[in-house]
Amino acid sequence: MELFDLTLHDTVDLINKKEVGYKDVVQAYLKRIDDVEDKVNSTLKIMGEEALEKAENLDKNGIQAKGLMGIPYGLKDNMCTMDVETTCASKILYNFKPPYNATVVEKLEQAGSIVLAKMNMDEFAMGSSTENSSFKKTHNPWDLDRVPGGSSGGSAACVAAGEAAFALGTDTGGSIRQPASFCGVVGLKPTYGMVSRYGLIAFASSLDQIGPMTKDVEDCAIVLNAICGHDDKDSTSVVTEKKDFTNYLTKDIKGLKIGVPKEYFQEGLNNEVEQSVREAIKVYKNLGAEIIETSLPTTEYALSAYYIISSAEASSNLARYDGIRYGYRAEDFDGLVDLYKKSRSEGFGSEVKRRIMLGTYALSSGYYDAYYKKALQVRTLIKEDFDNVFKTCDVILSPTCPTTSFKLGEKSNDPLEMYLSDIYTVPVNIAGVPGISIPCGFDSEGLPIGLQLIGKAFGEDTLLKASYAFEQATDYHKKRASL
Amino acid sequence: MEYEIVIGLEIHSELQTKSKIFCGCSTKFGADENTQTCPVCLGLPGTLPVLNKKVVEYAVKAGTAMDCEIARFSKMDRKNYFYPDLPKAYQISQFDFPICGKGKIHIKGEGFDKFVGITRIHIEEDAGKLIHEGSEGTLADNNRCGVPLIEIVTEPDMRSAEEARVFAEKVKATLEYTEVSDCKMQEGSLRFDVNLSVRPMGSKEYGTRTEMKNLNSFRSLENAIKSESKRQIKEIEKGNKIIQETRKWDDDKGLSFSLRSKEEAHDYRYFPDPDLVPVILEEEYIESIKGSIPILPWERIEKYTSEWNLTQTESQILTTTKQMADFFEESVMYCDDAKSVSNWILGDLSALLNEAGIEITQIKFNPEGLAKMVNMINKKEISNSAGKTVLKEMFETGAAPEDIVKEKGLVQMNDEDAIKEIVLKVITDNPKSVEDLKSGKDKAIGFLVGQVMKATKGKANPGVVNDMIKKNI
Repeated sequence: MELFDLTLHDTVDLINKKEVGYKDVVQAYLKRIDDVEDKVNSTLKIMGEEALEKAENLDKNGIQAKGLMGIPYGLKDNMCTMDVETTCASKILYNFKPPYNATVVEKLEQAGSIVLAKMNMDEFAMGSSTENSSFKKTHNPWDLDRVPGGSSGGSAACVAAGEAAFALGTDTGGSIRQPASFCGVVGLKPTYGMVSRYGLIAFASSLDQIGPMTKDVEDCAIVLNAICGHDDKDSTSVVTEKKDFTNYLTKDIKGLKIGVPKEYFQEGLNNEVEQSVREAIKVYKNLGAEIIETSLPTTEYALSAYYIISSAEASSNLARYDGIRYGYRAEDFDGLVDLYKKSRSEGFGSEVKRRIMLGTYALSSGYYDAYYKKALQVRTLIKEDFDNVFKTCDVILSPTCPTTSFKLGEKSNDPLEMYLSDIYTVPVNIAGVPGISIPCGFDSEGLPIGLQLIGKAFGEDTLLKASYAFEQATDYHKKRASL
Repeated sequence: MEYEIVIGLEIHSELQTKSKIFCGCSTKFGADENTQTCPVCLGLPGTLPVLNKKVVEYAVKAGTAMDCEIARFSKMDRKNYFYPDLPKAYQISQFDFPICGKGKIHIKGEGFDKFVGITRIHIEEDAGKLIHEGSEGTLADNNRCGVPLIEIVTEPDMRSAEEARVFAEKVKATLEYTEVSDCKMQEGSLRFDVNLSVRPMGSKEYGTRTEMKNLNSFRSLENAIKSESKRQIKEIEKGNKIIQETRKWDDDKGLSFSLRSKEEAHDYRYFPDPDLVPVILEEEYIESIKGSIPILPWERIEKYTSEWNLTQTESQILTTTKQMADFFEESVMYCDDAKSVSNWILGDLSALLNEAGIEITQIKFNPEGLAKMVNMINKKEISNSAGKTVLKEMFETGAAPEDIVKEKGLVQMNDEDAIKEIVLKVITDNPKSVEDLKSGKDKAIGFLVGQVMKATKGKANPGVVNDMIKKNI
């Protein structure tokens, strides 16, 4: 196995055994980027020099490896890096260099982790294929004709391609879990409020959450340890008991009650995906878990509610990009209103504009009650659905996506078809509970399939325990894309 | 036909917190442009607001002082509109769950004695300021972005410019007394929007109203109301309909003109701000704030007039600011003669303050000093006119009155023998006045007493002098 194929915890072990140095690790990843990036196209900016310098310093000072020390990672480009371009893959944030770091970036830096690259994404995290990036299209490392999923497609692809040891993604309606599923990696969307959003450029503030994208479940626990916790700068971040999530991994899952909601196994679910998920259920049975048939009856309304709430918030969050203070400004304009119109028309891509208009409409006077208010009511019902199921179940199991990865361009002209890709992931954001996608097989074309586990609010420990048990019983996570 | 004017006010007041509503930047007025900003109040991508607890405290204080219901649950909402002085393109405000609900304020004046209902008070952030510089175009100063405001909305309960002014003054006094806002109107800390309609006297239905925005003095408030009510009545008498619109008041021209009609009004698309959590207030917290409200001016006026026999006007002037009222009351603690203390504060001391252009909080002597000076006059240790000299000296140097009296030799001459020689000389020197006095022109005695006082450098007791002049002519 190559160095870039290793999990981060195996890499830390190697450094500790002095078999490799910090610089060797960073160099291995930079070399890998050199070799495969023209095929994968996952990065928007590579920060090689700074990364090497940091690694050299760790070597020089003989720092002991543990946790994330010296581990290079990819950062989705909607998280702020001080004095380094942060664009959300949008022309409108052209050359925007924030004068501050996102809290997660600060936390990873404190843990000794090294940011290697800013990753491609759907513009403002709106999309399910990363094709909505204003700058480039990222390819799925398992099949370069296919999409990596989205919106954290760059983050998923870079982990799958061995271009980084792990990555951070963000998940508003499935944007970590769906690309993790498409690229055969582990992706966790933590409970809303678990990870500070300070410095995350907002898409839909009440749904956005930052999470790890890793090569296995243990790596996921290590990254979560580093990034979670209350932040005074984010009023919605929650004060929680400090935990070491790696301690829960090896706990027994005998008697764990796993709910399987019937609504997640209906029309539109690909046969091969369903087969794999049914196999996964068997694995859990064999491990001693109790499988409970259950129901989330409001599932069918989740996607509509999601597109109203997320677009409404986005229409407001994205209003600040007006060409006045930073980012893109149209060259020729006649007066203030024209400056706004031209800068925004030229700076935003079509999917972003679609959502801004949808959201503006949903909040407009005369329509508010019929759309936005109604969507909030649906949100309450969806939460109640989850609460009910969690009265009898410890986790919920489902496919992450109805399908495996699709071809580049296949759905770009059909937004509704694209939106359906998130049908199993969206309710989780609406309910604010945690969800994880882990590899659970491959289809006949060799494309990865993802299994989604959903936990109670702040039940990441149980979620990681259940995921780890599955991973130990299977070896899908060990397979790497050949590039 | 006779018309009734119906007025409701929206009052914006900047709170005197040290830092802004959602970040740690200073709120100090008058700093260089864009020196009091940070990524949060500039709304840079990825930043998040965190509500300043002092803002909640001050709003609850204002609400309590205005007899408002305090909301146990309130929340922050976004008001969306594009403007270059608003970096996020939305203002964080409160829409359907404001921090204070219904309240009332009592107003009294010539021809009215009533309560004006408060509809609500909510908290929000201020916007920046645009500066239009000819050659450089328009520049934005973002120092004011995120300065905390409360907006006080009233019921349409006022019926004249006078009522509106008295109400506005009372609001100002309340905010100052509770130390919620410094209400410096020239700095924009207190601004009024007027909603106004007219209707035939006796009518139960409201007429169509117009709104005039951002009046920042009592004078422009009154003038705007007078002018707008006249305009509306004239329109109606011409048979025209009033158009619901926002109007801009031009202080210099003394006229308002149409800014935008109802149809052109913004759709602000209010919705709950997902970056902030609801404000939940505990009973204990609300009670503790109730306990911290100082005695308000109208309660003090009641005491001054009934217990201390001051006139309504005197009491009103003394309570214009909490600082002056506190100074007065503390002086009275050391001196039984409230009336004299009041006269000195409203007379000589106010003149000295005006001349020096300073506030009562900045003076060099304390209330006890003023009381001592008044006591010395009352005990006839110094004359009234010597008192003036003493006060001036106290004002300038901060010295104690007894030291000034000693140093300047101002101890009053009560002894007839000492004064007699001077009285006789004044009588000899002013035969015409003496003649006048004798022929019954009583005014002449004032002149003669004045001459004696002048000659004794104010030390003579004027009462004694008066008697002696009468005796010796």
